[in-house]
Amino acid sequence: MKSLRCPINGPRPLQEFQYGGELREMPDPDAASDEEWADYVFHRNGGPAVKREWWYHVPSGTWFIAERDNQSDTVVRTYLYGRETVHE
Amino acid sequence: MPHRLLKFGLRRHYPEPRMFRAPAELKPEYDVIIIGGGGHGLAAAYYLAKEQGITNVAVLEKGYLGGGGTGRNTAIIRSNYLTPEGARFYQASVELFQDLSRELDFNMFYSERGHFTLAHSPASLRIQRWRAAVNQHLGIDSEVVGPEFIKHAVPEIDLTCGGHQAPVCGALYHPPGAIARHDAVAWGYARGADRRGVEIHQKTAVNDIEIRDGAVAGVHTDRGYIKTRKVLSAVAGWTTHITDMVGLRTPLVIHPLQALVTEPLKPWLDNIVVSASLHLYVSQSSRGELVAGASLDPYELISMRSSLDFAEGLSAHMLDLFPCLGDVTVMRQWAGLCDMTPDFSPIMGTTPIRGFYIDAGWGTWGFKATPISGQTMAATVADNQDHELIQAFNLSRFGRFQLVGEKGAASVGH
Repeated sequence: MKSLRCPINGPRPLQEFQYGGELREMPDPDAASDEEWADYVFHRNGGPAVKREWWYHVPSGTWFIAERDNQSDTVVRTYLYGRETVHE
Repeated sequence: MPHRLLKFGLRRHYPEPRMFRAPAELKPEYDVIIIGGGGHGLAAAYYLAKEQGITNVAVLEKGYLGGGGTGRNTAIIRSNYLTPEGARFYQASVELFQDLSRELDFNMFYSERGHFTLAHSPASLRIQRWRAAVNQHLGIDSEVVGPEFIKHAVPEIDLTCGGHQAPVCGALYHPPGAIARHDAVAWGYARGADRRGVEIHQKTAVNDIEIRDGAVAGVHTDRGYIKTRKVLSAVAGWTTHITDMVGLRTPLVIHPLQALVTEPLKPWLDNIVVSASLHLYVSQSSRGELVAGASLDPYELISMRSSLDFAEGLSAHMLDLFPCLGDVTVMRQWAGLCDMTPDFSPIMGTTPIRGFYIDAGWGTWGFKATPISGQTMAATVADNQDHELIQAFNLSRFGRFQLVGEKGAASVGH
């Protein structure tokens, strides 16, 4: 992967982006047990998969989601969070 | 060409002894199956046979011996870590390493060089003082030194970094810091284990692990099913493949780490020089090549591709410290897989699955731990109970919020 498609600015060189980790749903802190909370804080899905990840386009300050295969390093699609149906 | 070599080459059969056997068939059952034929797996097999009396052991390696992290690291051995748990563990490893050539009757080219961790800021120097204090308390030879001391030991160094970085204001100096020939470590342990009855099966991939009633029952390989009650996963960068098979949640995320070697030079660099600010560690191998590594690649990736970004960045930082290397050529570059934990300490020992033992989370600090991890994991597998030296590293520490924050790990920004 040498370039990445920012949903706002189109394809840009990878050097302009920062990786923000996998998109994870936070459990309700008040309702979650210690075990669920520890699982959320520490555990990750580190195995081979197409994962939804946060990426940040630094020059324009855009956070977005990329669906990326973490073995082949190919991006399936990128979109703004919550707008995956709009930006195909 | 020597006459003897020519005669040898023209022979139909090769009578020279092999380092280890290549058994044609897998047995239907083993007492212990070790997944991963790297340094850690082979060391565990060696100590299982030698110290625990368990010889019905198979080491399954999907590629070739020592082809993963063992053959891809920069071969630095040291024990100047920050946490007492880490420092004690790595010190035990250094002591095993110092005697390893004799133990395995195989030359490891173990070479004590003295290890400098450069500090470019007062904040960084404060961490080095902290590390020195922990080290000295545990009897580890380690001290903070000033710029004159560094310049005297490494006259070629440019302490001002050519003005591109903050100047070097001191360093943590660890005289026992050493390098060794990493392939020899894997081969030496393999030969030692093989001679004691352990079977080593290369090109044998594990496809699934059978769990019945919360306990290990067997292993499905691409060469058939094997029964076993104990499995040790020692695959470092491939651990998440294995833990996905058994449904175990871990904090592990895989990042590539890249390294390179230059063309061979006459010996000039005695010491190992590390700068966390420059994301650089460099030493000169016994062949004369400069071996240098960088920090982790910036995003998760289970692939051993190498990149131009890395070669450019690392070369620039090398020139900041050693401007004399301007005409030196890079010979090879490569990547290894690092299974990173959030606290930069390994994950070792028993797991909630009976008979499934894990030796993982080796991130950027695996090679130097090879002997001690083999010895402690062998004891853990034999006794079904975490060895005293590795209790703090159990996978359950995350559920208990009892992390072992190891900021002395390599290529970790401080």
